[in-house]
Amino acid sequence: MPYIPHTDDDVRAMLDRIGVKGIDDLFDEIPKELRVDSLPGVPVALSEMEVARLIAARAATDGRPLNFIGAGAYEHHIPAPVWALTTRGEIYSAYTPYQAEASQGNLQIMYEFQSMIVGLTAMDVSNASLYDGASALAEACLMAVRAHRRSQSARILVPITVNPTWRRVARVISEGQGLVFEELPYCTEQGTTIPQALARYDGQDITALVIQQPNFFGQLEDVDALSRWARANGALIIAAVNPVSLALLAPPGEWGDGGADIACGEAQPFGVPLSSGGPYVGFMATRMGHVRQMPGRIAGRTVDLDGKPGFTLTLQAREQHIRRGKATSNICTNQGLLMTAATIYLALLGPVGLERVASACVARTRELVAALSGLPGVRCAFAGPRFHEAVLVLDRPVAPVLESLAAEGIIGGHDLARDYPELGHALLVCATETRTSEDIEAYARALGGMLGRAVAA
Amino acid sequence: MKQHEPLIFELSRSGRAATAQYPPPTEAGLPAQFRRRARPALPEVSELQVVRHYTRLSQMNFSIDTQFYPLGSCTMKYNPKACNSLAMLPEFLGRHPLAPIRTGQGFMACMFELQEMLKAVTGMAAVSLTPMAGAQGEFTGVAMIRAYHRARGDLARNEIIVPDAAHGTNPATATMCGMKIREIATLPDGDVDLAALDAALSPATAGIMLTNPSTLGVFERHIVEVERKVHAAGGLLYYDGANLNAILGKVLPGVMGFDVIHMNLHKTFSTPHGGGGPGSGAVGVGQRLLPYLPVPVVGRDGDRYRWLDERDLPQSIGRLSGFMGNAGVLLRAYVYMRILGAEGMERVAEFSTLNANYLMARLREAGFDAAYPSRRASHEFIITLRRQARELGVTTMDFAKRLLDYGYHAPTTYFPLLVPECLLIEPTETETREELDGFVDALAAILREAETDAAMVKAAPYTLPVRRLDDVRAAKQLDVAWKPARV
Amino acid sequence: MSNIPGDLRYTKSHEWLRSLPDGSIEIGISDHAQAALGDLVFVEVPEAGRVLSAGDACAVVESVKAASDVYSPVSGEVLAGNDLLATQPEMINQDPYGQGWILRLRPTGAAGGADLLDAKAYAAEVASAS
Repeated sequence: MPYIPHTDDDVRAMLDRIGVKGIDDLFDEIPKELRVDSLPGVPVALSEMEVARLIAARAATDGRPLNFIGAGAYEHHIPAPVWALTTRGEIYSAYTPYQAEASQGNLQIMYEFQSMIVGLTAMDVSNASLYDGASALAEACLMAVRAHRRSQSARILVPITVNPTWRRVARVISEGQGLVFEELPYCTEQGTTIPQALARYDGQDITALVIQQPNFFGQLEDVDALSRWARANGALIIAAVNPVSLALLAPPGEWGDGGADIACGEAQPFGVPLSSGGPYVGFMATRMGHVRQMPGRIAGRTVDLDGKPGFTLTLQAREQHIRRGKATSNICTNQGLLMTAATIYLALLGPVGLERVASACVARTRELVAALSGLPGVRCAFAGPRFHEAVLVLDRPVAPVLESLAAEGIIGGHDLARDYPELGHALLVCATETRTSEDIEAYARALGGMLGRAVAA
Repeated sequence: MKQHEPLIFELSRSGRAATAQYPPPTEAGLPAQFRRRARPALPEVSELQVVRHYTRLSQMNFSIDTQFYPLGSCTMKYNPKACNSLAMLPEFLGRHPLAPIRTGQGFMACMFELQEMLKAVTGMAAVSLTPMAGAQGEFTGVAMIRAYHRARGDLARNEIIVPDAAHGTNPATATMCGMKIREIATLPDGDVDLAALDAALSPATAGIMLTNPSTLGVFERHIVEVERKVHAAGGLLYYDGANLNAILGKVLPGVMGFDVIHMNLHKTFSTPHGGGGPGSGAVGVGQRLLPYLPVPVVGRDGDRYRWLDERDLPQSIGRLSGFMGNAGVLLRAYVYMRILGAEGMERVAEFSTLNANYLMARLREAGFDAAYPSRRASHEFIITLRRQARELGVTTMDFAKRLLDYGYHAPTTYFPLLVPECLLIEPTETETREELDGFVDALAAILREAETDAAMVKAAPYTLPVRRLDDVRAAKQLDVAWKPARV
Repeated sequence: MSNIPGDLRYTKSHEWLRSLPDGSIEIGISDHAQAALGDLVFVEVPEAGRVLSAGDACAVVESVKAASDVYSPVSGEVLAGNDLLATQPEMINQDPYGQGWILRLRPTGAAGGADLLDAKAYAAEVASAS
């Protein structure tokens, strides 16, 4: 039996010690009518060799096409040490550090991750990660409602330029707790939220304003104007930010007058592969005054009996295993393994490396946009500065174009028809530091051919 | 064990870099008004420094790969290396979740078969793989129950019944869904109090959340009665599958009458705990709740796989994650289930239960008190140290810390809350008899130490990187992020 | 054996009340409660002006192992929360009936009644629970 080490002698001796005749006797408290003896519908066991062949064949079917999608998950070079270290058994097969003395490695990594997030976001305190960016935004909205002392309305203003899946997830997770989400329009020329659209909420009881930077289109929002409105109207500011962009862009802690109240987002770009959608790693940081309302695990530094510095989980009284029905959230896990990968990634990149990656992303996307919008039948949707994504508008429906591109080994981008039909045949494209000029030319050639005109040599 | 390692920030020197990892410099050319003024405080170290630092930190951790780790309710079984290496094949790692589905048929085939296998081992009608953790699985279950009643116009049903022995996530989840909690008592022999259940059932009952075997480590013998009563009262049954390891291949939750079950793939199906996550909380449902399943769900049209979403399941409670859940975790669980096969899964409950009952018998012989001595252990059991605490002044916490010196990770302490001074012990099926015997010997030795030198036990551990930590100070003088020294 | 001053009144949820000469009520948690919680690390007190009904959760006391609500035994308007507890939460452990008071309020309506226990009744309550 795979992974079960018992010999027949072991079993005999153990049954003897327990005082039963057979293993089946150990299940005698289970009502007979509930018992099953087999699992039809589950295939026979395979050896590791057989499974390896099966999985390899399936992977080969999927291949490795050239990727130009962002839309919330970004392909970056992952330095070799990241997963060589993260898959060490002592990290991979360890549990949550409830026995702190036996988990100082894990706890120190959590502390380092928290510190790096604080440094990047310019906030005061971070947790040790949440499940992903979408659920982090949902938790941030719930936290804002808890943390805002004066507001009674639980109204959250959310620009339509915020990732549409994240907006959906925020509704689902907060369903049942009375939050009211109201959407803010965007300017169809700039692709950014219209600050003047906030005027109609002047003087109203608004609990929080969500600002995503860069927004889902890749465009840069006027975060200072939006933040100032929120501050002036007593609304908390929730910043949803791309973590790589923080190497170049003003951090949430410095937005407007006094900065954001909660910063959150998806830290998958830090050393976590695309892996078909997960596991990823959400992050959340806040001001010291709100720390007791922040969900998720937090590692703190303290001293031991001998006065030696050490780390332990802290502020656990907020969490489910103590507060139970009054917990800040029902969260039990963090994304420990991915958080570790992110920490090692950031240690390797450092401030200089991360800035290089971010700048390369901006430059590659600029190059991609130029190459593609130079094709007849393709235009760039929005003016204004952007980070590493852009919306292009085609002269025909996007979905069949993407299918054709996929057949040529190119994943061309994300079709916006379902979430933003008002933009027409819109395609969200992304080029990170991993895309070379040759990759971009290949895309332009393929697309040009598809659109019926050849690309000029 | 390594004794101390500075913070990565303390190793940092301005100008140091792991340059092999950097792209060449480029000009971003973003307008000044958007730009950051000062560089973020990230460490500047060499690649070797990073490798050495995190290798050393890993050596300051207990793990399944290095230690027996009998944490009750956590199922710390061996995480097969094959699950990791096969889930990390480059084709799976490199795939964007939004890529056209024609480019992901290999991956989708694995996901579809995983759904089918999870249906088979739970006896449920349909499965969604999207919840990213057990707690999200619980949220899904309660949210679906809520949606079910609302769809029938039954808006008064806003109470969830929870036994007092329940894991803290259960009441926390109910609150998150806007429900009220009604706690019912557990009898001294570990079963739910049926009279208390009768008193709690009402037209306001939305459902009951049960773990079976319960958190007390015993099988809920009246489960058939419970199911009948709750359904008769118009409520639904939610099964917390945290302890599925105890009954895999022996009982099907669907046959027990549950309407929804969440599974902890990082427990029963051996995906890595990773120091705290990622988990995965796939949910299975019966026919009643099928329309409300969270999306996306893997579907099959002939020989093509595709995602079923809000258009296919218009009454779905919706999405819980940015994409489709923890794909990499799901792949690991798939590999695990293929290697075990039907026979292997049938053996999981047998050998985890054998190990637990053996360990309980030997510990009782060694002078420890089982909390439920007249009951069979499931895959875990509770030892109470109440007597030792009273007679010797040595608490469960002290035993746990001293166990660390003997090289064992302590079992779960002080949970469930119902049993004072308890250790919840779950050996799992992947441990040898010698490992269990060694654990008994260690606990017996600590008991002798407690009898002769209580003070020594009370100040354990001694052999780890740190002694006991001042967690009062940790909470009062919050130091949760490194601050750069002011120049 | 916990300390239970004879001149105060108590609730089953371990709050105590003291009637002050000016008619206001001072409220805290008992010695038994602070011992059960352990070293307190954080206390949240209500703001002056807040209106409470009897039974409302009006404060939170947090230790490393537990966080508990403090319930107002009577209805009234908060006159003051004990700001000392913001920097010295351990005062509740050290002097639960003196400097560890949590809030003062001006009662509206009858200042409690049947639900309040005298020292003897509270002592019996504590003894039976342990």
